[in-house]
Amino acid sequence: MNLRNVAIVYRKELREALRDRRTLISSLLVPLVLFPLLTAGLGAAISALVGKAKEEIPTVMILGGEDSPGILAELRSSDKIKIVPTQQNWKDQVVNKDIRAAIEIPPGFQDDVAHQKAATLLIHNYEGDMKSAIATDNIQKSLQKYRDRIVHDNLAAQNIPDTALKPFDIKEHNVAPPEKVGGAAFGGVIGYMVILLCLTGSMYPAMDLTAGEKERGTMETILSSPIARVDLVLGKFFLVLTAALVTAALSVTSMGASFTVLEHLHAFDKAGADAAQLQLHIGFTTVLSIFIMVLPVAVLFAAALMTVALFAKSYKEAQSYISPLMFIVIIPAVAAMLPIDLDAKLALVPILNASLLCKELVTGTYHWNFIAIIFFSTCVYAGVALFLAVKMFQREDVLFRS
Amino acid sequence: MIETRGLIKVFQDKKRGQIRAVDNVTFTCKPGQIYGLLGANGAGKTTTLRMLATILEPTDGTALVCGHDVIDEPEKVRANVGFLSTATALYPRLTSQEMVEYFGRLNGIDEATLKKRVNDIFSRLDMNSFRDRRCDKLSTGMKQKTSIARTLVHDPQVMIFDEPTLGLDIMTARTIIEFIRECRQRGKTVIFSTHIMSEVEKLCDVIGIIQSGKLLAEGSLPELRERYRERDLEEIFVKIVAPLYVTQENN
Repeated sequence: MNLRNVAIVYRKELREALRDRRTLISSLLVPLVLFPLLTAGLGAAISALVGKAKEEIPTVMILGGEDSPGILAELRSSDKIKIVPTQQNWKDQVVNKDIRAAIEIPPGFQDDVAHQKAATLLIHNYEGDMKSAIATDNIQKSLQKYRDRIVHDNLAAQNIPDTALKPFDIKEHNVAPPEKVGGAAFGGVIGYMVILLCLTGSMYPAMDLTAGEKERGTMETILSSPIARVDLVLGKFFLVLTAALVTAALSVTSMGASFTVLEHLHAFDKAGADAAQLQLHIGFTTVLSIFIMVLPVAVLFAAALMTVALFAKSYKEAQSYISPLMFIVIIPAVAAMLPIDLDAKLALVPILNASLLCKELVTGTYHWNFIAIIFFSTCVYAGVALFLAVKMFQREDVLFRS
Repeated sequence: MIETRGLIKVFQDKKRGQIRAVDNVTFTCKPGQIYGLLGANGAGKTTTLRMLATILEPTDGTALVCGHDVIDEPEKVRANVGFLSTATALYPRLTSQEMVEYFGRLNGIDEATLKKRVNDIFSRLDMNSFRDRRCDKLSTGMKQKTSIARTLVHDPQVMIFDEPTLGLDIMTARTIIEFIRECRQRGKTVIFSTHIMSEVEKLCDVIGIIQSGKLLAEGSLPELRERYRERDLEEIFVKIVAPLYVTQENN
């Protein structure tokens, strides 16, 4: 291996990449502009819309209940729902979203309740519609209060305290610090994003430097120079790796900056307390740890993508080979968002292991034995992929495939 | 100096099985001489030249280029070779000068020498007006000049031209022909493949006629005329190639 030649190829590829609009879009514009817009921007918009939907008082229709004035009064007194006059086409109105729900009170409901007979109220709603779900929730809260009062009165009439029915309360108490709570909620997503962006950032350069070069006819030109093929592959590989890491680093930085800006602008206030309470503090050490762990993953992607893309005759053909790879990467990356805990076996599964580890690192958990297994196993996978890429560049049937 | 010794190249094809693209080819090309490899499409010209440029490895046999074996010392061979074909394109996002400098650096030339040599070549080939223009913005003629500059930058002793004028207009083709002549004048060993008879007649000191991977005849133009009792090179070529060409077409 001649490091001087590797550096010459790398500098030339970098110069070309910086002059290529498609590379600049995928490596710089997407992470710096598109991802903040899609993640923080879209997230804030969704939060604002959900907040607005929660603020809206849903319109509700009551079916029956003429002989049950108690429950009617209870429902009408609620400031969380707005009762509208009953109409025959109530079902159509729910489906057409003119009203959000309808409450069906069976005949003799009040008598049945008074005589402690079982009675059922039916809430007709539009499953899957958020505003209808909010209306259902508000109705249930009002009815819950009404039911609790009846239970209390019934028990009081027989001199039985409320505690007879509810001998103890159950409460939850979070002992994890706020940043760990935020880390547990967002950790999986961060791992997924970093890994996915490493892949997307390296995809275009990997295809351009292999299949693209074959398509443009420059492969034969470079092969006629005295450079050894291993130096040529390494020069190209380091450029693809740079693109992967730059894309991932810029994406994480721009996302972090977007969330900070949104927090300062109190953009989450309207969305309610839930989002605001999830604090996400990622320190420099965590960021550094994530990047050290992601490094072999990026090497694996860069080498694997180059190996696959080199097999293609054209850029278009390379795209069709590489698209299925997206699924191979996305599935384990998404799986890390599921409630799966890292263990020794999972630490050997490529991509999933790094994704699960990112989740742990974000919460500030460092299992050094798993970190060692993951780092070294991923290094081995990356090494194999790089070896295959070099071997592929030495195969005449691949380089001159027609 | 180029010496090939029983060069053989066999390709594996899923449908057609083994293809003997080059079959036991032996010839010598001396410094200050232009060796013309004349053959129809698919005759084995490009494969032979690619083996000499060490882009492909021979299945059997070997070749010596400037005393270096193409199998054992491919990098040393490439350092002594300038390879130009219609398939050797330019990097579209590099300028003409950057393209030439890149190949100069890959050939191990130090920066001071490279600067001087690039300036000399650009002046000699009248390329200064477009030296900072990106290759994707160059005309066909400018691209060919850049390709020539790329092959010259390391001052190779051996020049390999694989159908260099294919698809070019007359004026650009003339530039290439002039350049090949100049290489001979400078004492370089030149090997040149084509299927254009007039180019062979104009340029070549020795002609090798190749068909189905086999070198069927070799000699200077007067020698071939005498041997086959024909004045016209095209008639000589047909006389030599026809029997094998018919067999190949039938297969």
